[in-house]
Amino acid sequence: MMPIFDIAIIGGGIMGCGAALRLADGGMRPIILEQGDIGQGASGVNAGTLSMQIKRVKLMPYAIRGHEEWQHMGDAVGFHKTGGYTLAFNDREAELLHDRMSMKKEAGANISFVSPKQLNEFEPHLAGKVIAASYCPDDGYANSSLTGQYYRKKIDENGINFIEGFKVTNIRSTSEGYEIASNGRTVVASRILIACGGWSKHIAAMLGVELPIRARINTVSVTERAPRLISGVIGHATGLLTMKQKENGTILIGGGWQGKGRPEEGRGQVSVDSLVPNLQLAKFVLPALSNIRIVRSWTGFEANVPDFYPLAGALPNRDNAFILGCVRGGFTIGPYISKLMGDYILGKEPEMPLFDPARKMEEGKLI
Amino acid sequence: MFDAIVIGAGPAGANAAIILSENGLKTALIDEQRDAGGQVWRVKSKSILKAPITEAVEQGDALRDRLKSSNVTAKFNCRVWHIERQENGHWQLSVVGDSEKKLTTKALIIATGAQERVIPVPGWTLPGVFGLAGATALFKEHMMAPMRRTIVAGNGPLLFYVASETLRLGGRVSAVISLNSRMDWLKSLPAMLSNPALIGQGLKWIFTLYKNRIPIYWQHAIKAVEGENTVDGVTICKVDQDWAPVAGTDQYIHGENLCYGQGLMPAVEATRLAGADHHYDEKLGGWVPTIDQWGRTSMSGLYACGDNAGIYGALAAPIRGSLAAEAVCEDAGINLKKRVDSKKLKAAKNFGLAATALTIPRSGLEALITDETEVCRCEGIIRQEIDFEIKTGAQSPNAIKSGTRCGMGPCGGRYCMEAIALITQHRTRKTREEIGLPTARPPLRPVTIDDISDDLDYDDLPIPGVSPL
Repeated sequence: MMPIFDIAIIGGGIMGCGAALRLADGGMRPIILEQGDIGQGASGVNAGTLSMQIKRVKLMPYAIRGHEEWQHMGDAVGFHKTGGYTLAFNDREAELLHDRMSMKKEAGANISFVSPKQLNEFEPHLAGKVIAASYCPDDGYANSSLTGQYYRKKIDENGINFIEGFKVTNIRSTSEGYEIASNGRTVVASRILIACGGWSKHIAAMLGVELPIRARINTVSVTERAPRLISGVIGHATGLLTMKQKENGTILIGGGWQGKGRPEEGRGQVSVDSLVPNLQLAKFVLPALSNIRIVRSWTGFEANVPDFYPLAGALPNRDNAFILGCVRGGFTIGPYISKLMGDYILGKEPEMPLFDPARKMEEGKLI
Repeated sequence: MFDAIVIGAGPAGANAAIILSENGLKTALIDEQRDAGGQVWRVKSKSILKAPITEAVEQGDALRDRLKSSNVTAKFNCRVWHIERQENGHWQLSVVGDSEKKLTTKALIIATGAQERVIPVPGWTLPGVFGLAGATALFKEHMMAPMRRTIVAGNGPLLFYVASETLRLGGRVSAVISLNSRMDWLKSLPAMLSNPALIGQGLKWIFTLYKNRIPIYWQHAIKAVEGENTVDGVTICKVDQDWAPVAGTDQYIHGENLCYGQGLMPAVEATRLAGADHHYDEKLGGWVPTIDQWGRTSMSGLYACGDNAGIYGALAAPIRGSLAAEAVCEDAGINLKKRVDSKKLKAAKNFGLAATALTIPRSGLEALITDETEVCRCEGIIRQEIDFEIKTGAQSPNAIKSGTRCGMGPCGGRYCMEAIALITQHRTRKTREEIGLPTARPPLRPVTIDDISDDLDYDDLPIPGVSPL
């Protein structure tokens, strides 16, 4: 079979759709193959936090550019720049906060330290037990559940082909490219880009490439509508809490507490053993939460590799095969790094360096 | 640690629990209500000291007596909010309203019953509108009928029960509006004849209506509920065979209350959250867990019985409870003393299915949901917004939910998902099975953080590892 498409992109999330848009812009004919619905995986179920304070130091330049992309998307994705605070409640956390935020500031984030008294003026409902806090005026959030709607519209407007409900069952490489099969349907393309988050390991394995990808199972919860309690995005020095109150009054609670399940088995499940401490911490930080009802808790898969840096580049030992994923802070950075990836596939020099998937990876240090 | 836990103390669940405990299994029975009986044999409110003995009261009391003299650990006013399968195959339930926050069991029977199907029409959220099944809860628990004039509308047998109960309890009924035609009822009679007693009861309801000269509008639908702040009346219209409105047949009927519903659907949130396979079967009332003839689901140690596993009705429920108990015992290596009378079950099932058949949604119903009708009442989403989302490419309930917020409110989509599915079906011509359901997520009912956790000693917080720098 002769390839009809220049590139098949596995995964219709932010990474896949973003790359497709760039590739189409550069003259290629891409097709997006999505196992579920566009933007309904991790792209659509994460907490939507756009915070410089929780980005890795080395990824800060990418995060700053990604943040600009979200700002540009604006209302269509529910973008809000609210400012954000990161809180410390004991000496160990205060030290951690000081060390980390200083380094992130150095890396270009607009971060300053505020006294508990100042914090109390801006966020009077927070627990009075904070001993140190940092602030970034650029922090905010987007409404991740609008990701699918936004990108579906974009790829539609740009005439990009996509198939939803296309669960890849087999990939065959031929002299012309790749034949990608799903329950009786086959798509043929000259190139392939793997951009399906937690499922990427599985897809790469179909091409005979073993990647050290693991999936975290992050839990997010949302409350019923409540009176205004917080104005900014609230974080915790350890990174174990994110909290924001949407315009409609609902409060979104995240922080990367781990649920159960594996990408191969579906969408993952909420575990009471991690959900309860997640909510307890939220209530500790914002006591008024105690009587507000939790309406829904859910999980999403966040892929990573041992060094917690992205996979963005050519797939090792394969021609015309690429991978984009495992970007820590992928929601913020996705719209930007997917453009870089598109440029790379188009044979252009990306504006910022990508992350070679074939690199040697050491286990990232957990402080 | 229990050998078996049953969620739902209606006729199916309570009966299953009693049998399990009779066979030596350490069994707990959980229900949100203050005593057993479920919806159909709902226990009277504490404030009612004396009430006429009806058949439902008798049967409910008998069940409650049997339960009290059994060894079942009954947990009432108790609510399950999460169900997790542990690695060893046991089940962990997270509950509120009990001294324990978590309960574990080897076998789990889900007997959560049914929920109402209510097709939204303009004005359906006005104060004064009750669900048909909701109205029966009011009758049974509080012996209260709505004040002033009541209009009863929808389909199936519940319509006539609600109208005649309203009269019995001293209310006034201005009209009964039935989607079903007389012919629909005639067609279902042969199957219903398997239970002459219940047929007699049904005829008595209809006779009561005739005696009180209550007009019955056969093959009519509520087109709109009228009124500024509360219900003043309804506009009704004739419907065709598919229940689509017939133009030029509008009539206005006065009334201050509307009891309104289009049958019952299996309440499958618990079996879905537990992870069992489900399929769509309109004859059974909608989405049901896929079970064998005893009630074993696709997951080992998980069973379903009663209306949540297909709307076979109250008559079949206790027998189905017995069957599920039989399966649990057998899987635990216990030989059951009593065996279920399969002939009795078949007759009961046939009767239930005939009643459910009268409520199967038809393609025209969707046309009653006008552009401006509020479909998701939690989030205030009107039909137009849902149509737009589908037209612009959303193909699944998850995608529609994400784009519009439909189903994201406190009811968790229980009310709107049926209407969303009917609209999607109309727009995309997909089957209900292809359309599917949104992902099941906890909590099963909204809970506060105080409900589910103790106060935190900050230093005890299990901090996993700090995120990488």
